[in-house]
Amino acid sequence: MGTLTGSFKGFGVTFAHMFRKVITTDYPFSPPKPAPRYHGRHILNRHPDGLEKCIGCELCAWACPADAIYVEGGDNTDEQRFSPGERYAKIYQINYARCIFCGLCIEACPTRSLTMSNEYELARDNRQDLIFTKKELLAPLLPGMELPPHPMRLGETDKDYYIGALTNPGTSVGAERAPWSDAGSHDASEPQESADRPETAGTVRKEGAPR
Amino acid sequence: MTDVAKRADTVTLTIDGVEVTAEKGELVIRVAERMGIAIPRFCDHPLLAPAGACRQCLVEVEGQRKPVASCTQTVAEGMVVKTQLSSPVAAKAQAGIMELLLVNHPLDCPTCDKGGECPLQNQAMSSGRADSRFHEHKREYEKPIHISSQVLLDRERCILCQRCTRFSEEIAGDKFIDLMDRSSGEQINVYRDDFFGGEGTGDGQAGDGEGDVPFNSYFSGNTIQICPVGALTGEQYRFRARPFDLVSTPSACEHCAAGCSQRTDHRRNKVLRRLAGDDPAVNEEWNCDKGRWGFRYANATDRLTTPLVRDADSGELREASWSEALLAAAEGLKAARERGVGVLPGGRLTVEDAYAYAKFARAVLGTNDIDFRARPLRASGTPASSTEEADFLAASVAGTSEVTYADVENAPSVVIVGLEPEEECPILFLRLRKGHVKRKLKVTAVAPYLSRGFEKLGAALVAAVPGDEARLLNTDAAIAGALSAPGALLIVGERLATVPGGLSAAADLAARSGARLAWVPRRAGDRGALDAGCLPNLLPGGRPVTDAAARAELSLAWRIESGVLPSSPGRDTDRIIAAAADGTLGALLVGGVDPADLADPRLAEEALDAVPFLVSLEVRQSAVTRRADVVLPIAPVVEKAGTYMDWEGRLRSFVAVLPGAAMTDGRVLEAIAALLDVPSNHPAAAQKTTKGFSLNTGDVMAIRRELGGMPASSAPRPAHPSTAPADLPRPGEHEAVLATWHQLIDLGSLLDGDPVLAGTARPPVVRLGKDLAEELGVVDGDLVTVGTGRGTVTLPASITDLPPRVVWLPTNSPGSTVRRSLGVTAGAVVKLTAGVPGPILAEGASR
Ligand code: SF4
Ligand code: SF4
Ligand code: FES
Repeated sequence: MGTLTGSFKGFGVTFAHMFRKVITTDYPFSPPKPAPRYHGRHILNRHPDGLEKCIGCELCAWACPADAIYVEGGDNTDEQRFSPGERYAKIYQINYARCIFCGLCIEACPTRSLTMSNEYELARDNRQDLIFTKKELLAPLLPGMELPPHPMRLGETDKDYYIGALTNPGTSVGAERAPWSDAGSHDASEPQESADRPETAGTVRKEGAPR
Repeated sequence: MTDVAKRADTVTLTIDGVEVTAEKGELVIRVAERMGIAIPRFCDHPLLAPAGACRQCLVEVEGQRKPVASCTQTVAEGMVVKTQLSSPVAAKAQAGIMELLLVNHPLDCPTCDKGGECPLQNQAMSSGRADSRFHEHKREYEKPIHISSQVLLDRERCILCQRCTRFSEEIAGDKFIDLMDRSSGEQINVYRDDFFGGEGTGDGQAGDGEGDVPFNSYFSGNTIQICPVGALTGEQYRFRARPFDLVSTPSACEHCAAGCSQRTDHRRNKVLRRLAGDDPAVNEEWNCDKGRWGFRYANATDRLTTPLVRDADSGELREASWSEALLAAAEGLKAARERGVGVLPGGRLTVEDAYAYAKFARAVLGTNDIDFRARPLRASGTPASSTEEADFLAASVAGTSEVTYADVENAPSVVIVGLEPEEECPILFLRLRKGHVKRKLKVTAVAPYLSRGFEKLGAALVAAVPGDEARLLNTDAAIAGALSAPGALLIVGERLATVPGGLSAAADLAARSGARLAWVPRRAGDRGALDAGCLPNLLPGGRPVTDAAARAELSLAWRIESGVLPSSPGRDTDRIIAAAADGTLGALLVGGVDPADLADPRLAEEALDAVPFLVSLEVRQSAVTRRADVVLPIAPVVEKAGTYMDWEGRLRSFVAVLPGAAMTDGRVLEAIAALLDVPSNHPAAAQKTTKGFSLNTGDVMAIRRELGGMPASSAPRPAHPSTAPADLPRPGEHEAVLATWHQLIDLGSLLDGDPVLAGTARPPVVRLGKDLAEELGVVDGDLVTVGTGRGTVTLPASITDLPPRVVWLPTNSPGSTVRRSLGVTAGAVVKLTAGVPGPILAEGASR
């Protein structure tokens, strides 16, 4: 007797769930959209002329509780300029095998060079690839930007860059969101074409899978 | 009773309500420090005279109308002092000063090298205001300016504490930087011509313009270290790292025999900078620029990482495994043992490694043909049979520790011969200068002229033609007078060995006058190698090889049969080279020796070519490794632990700074020894070998235990040599006697790979007196060629007050490699011509 009521109880749970909202996400075909301030992959921002904002000061590395950041400074010269002022980051690495996404580095950064995007698809198939370098972290060049090294275009000295720079960090547009998301036009409930997502390219969606 | 006497020069005062007794004349800030009360400060430095320049150390003193600077205020009986801890007045005064200092200090801490270890940053947090009321523009300067190729100055960061200028003037004696201008434009800068109406660069930049005087000091790095803000930075370290990601390891300097303690800062197995360590008995808190910046050589691209063996077929060196290379070395040495093996360990070894060479030579190779001296041992032309220096070292130096830095500072009078302290032992120079400035130490220099270093010591000159020093030591009244005061010191440099009879005369003079004698070599490992027994006539611990009891002592300690140790003195460097060149020796075992440092580099290279088997233990590729049959890579200083012995005889132990797989010389020698039988000439069995013998030099701790467990030598000290002075050469028309010594920053192989440091070297010149200048018809700056049958050296002339017919050249500077180009050493006669070499001399050069 007891077994029978027990089974019905169990079916009851299943039955009740059929009327609840589905919480399974259809990842990776329709990746969920995180909250706007979600702590994802870092971005190294640029000044509007394309020069790097990072001055290689290593404060982010100092602030990092997980010792995930490694920076080595270098000298800007008139022939080889990567950032306004004297110093730039010759080597910049974030090790995502260590990063705990606490965001303390963002708070430490004096130039607002380091911010975080919403991109969370950071899994790689080996540890080496988890170390992101300037190549992966630098914000893409927007129209009007020029690939450094190049001379300062926005003023005579680095001061001209910094006045107002803190209130104008918007030079990383396009990097804040993962490449496949066009800033808020969809969320997890709206599926998205897998074609624009390299991560899912080649995967075949199962016939009849719920959208 | 003594208590009462003592009381007379102490006073009792109250600081923050605590009564304290202090010596009369002590500064309030020091007394507070002793009690554990930290008063913020910038300009105050315990080794510099009080200045009261920054006013950050204000405290309240009862009865005074205004707060007073505790770094200039001396204690007084009954004084009541209240620091910021107990007095709101003092706290407010300090906060006010800090606010004013920050008015013009830029907020570029993120890019400033000092950020993270900056007294201004720290004290702004501890005693400043939370926010600034100053919203105007800060003062700006062009930044940074190079005040030498190494030192950079950001004037806007400067808080005008004058630590740098005070160091340069008081300690180093190089007054190249100073306060300039007035009021808010007041700044630190180098002297430049446009201040005096000459041509500057016109853009306010100093140091680069025509007529600017750069910060040309061998001690300039210390100003960077003591600057309490980031106003002075070093080109080599600028932007390379931040203090908080560096790991600091205490270390000892591997360059000269001064024995500075150091701090080596590294990150990710790379040394990024070195700082002067704090050792009041030796280097106080200073070091020289060579020690501070000369460390790049260990990362040079020609660093050896695998053993090399000469391929039997191709005749080229090829990479080999350790087991193959060790076996090749052991077999080659074994085959050559009958004919004889010469050992040249070089003067850059730690005591432990030198001991390994000494033990290896005696116990395994069965030879006394070992000599650490990689330099001329005698005047050119002196017969190689003269063993004056080795005898002198055995009699007066090995195993002694008679004179210390403190003795130098407190001596009433010092006579220096065969040594230019600033160029050859910079920290000894600083001590001499401290004695001179603070205690009126009288310095007498027996030298051809008063160099800049001697001038800064206020030295009295006993002008000596090179080679004449021995006669002067024997007869000169001024020298005898200077040594008559009790506590007087006679300091001789290693160069005195090239004066026939010089060291004999020095030992004699010391014995006669009662002055104590100190011998100052040039390299960090020289003194340690001497005491470790790397000399043909000395076993470890200063034991003479000829003394049977001493040999028995060692045999016991080394657990080998007595009789194995050879009993007659071996060949010294020159004779080892000669014997290798003429085929007498069957093999050479060479450590860190550059043939260019030897008396005759050409002969040395011929010897290296001629010797049938050559084993080289080296860090980097060199003229020796290129000729070697087996090359065994060893660890550079940063990657090994060890001990140097400075000129005083003081041990300077250090640990490995960086982890590394490279082995020490001792470990490599131990591995070779393990493959060789230790011969025994025990009468009972001619063929018997001592089984189970281990060189036991693989581990520094084991060596230290072995050395520590050895009894003090019971052998009597040999008598000092009594070589007679030689006759002086008589240079004819267009000829002169050569004087020469090394400049601190020169072409030495430990300074390779650092153009910035090389840029601070003193420009090489040929110095000649008025007589020669007139004879040649040259003026200051004209090219003069110095030549011998071997070759020539051409440098701009600098007319100097030299004895007649004496010419001076830097020994190993760009454009002046005396030993290689001229093949002679000090005291030789050289030919002079004006301008670039004429046909006859040029012919000599190509011969
Ligand atoms: S990202 Fe910011 S905090 Fe990090 S090194 Fe660059 S400037 Fe400094
Ligand atoms: S440069 Fe540095 S040490 Fe020199 S006065 Fe300025 S703050 Fe002081
Ligand atoms: S520390 Fe006393 S005035 Fe500078």
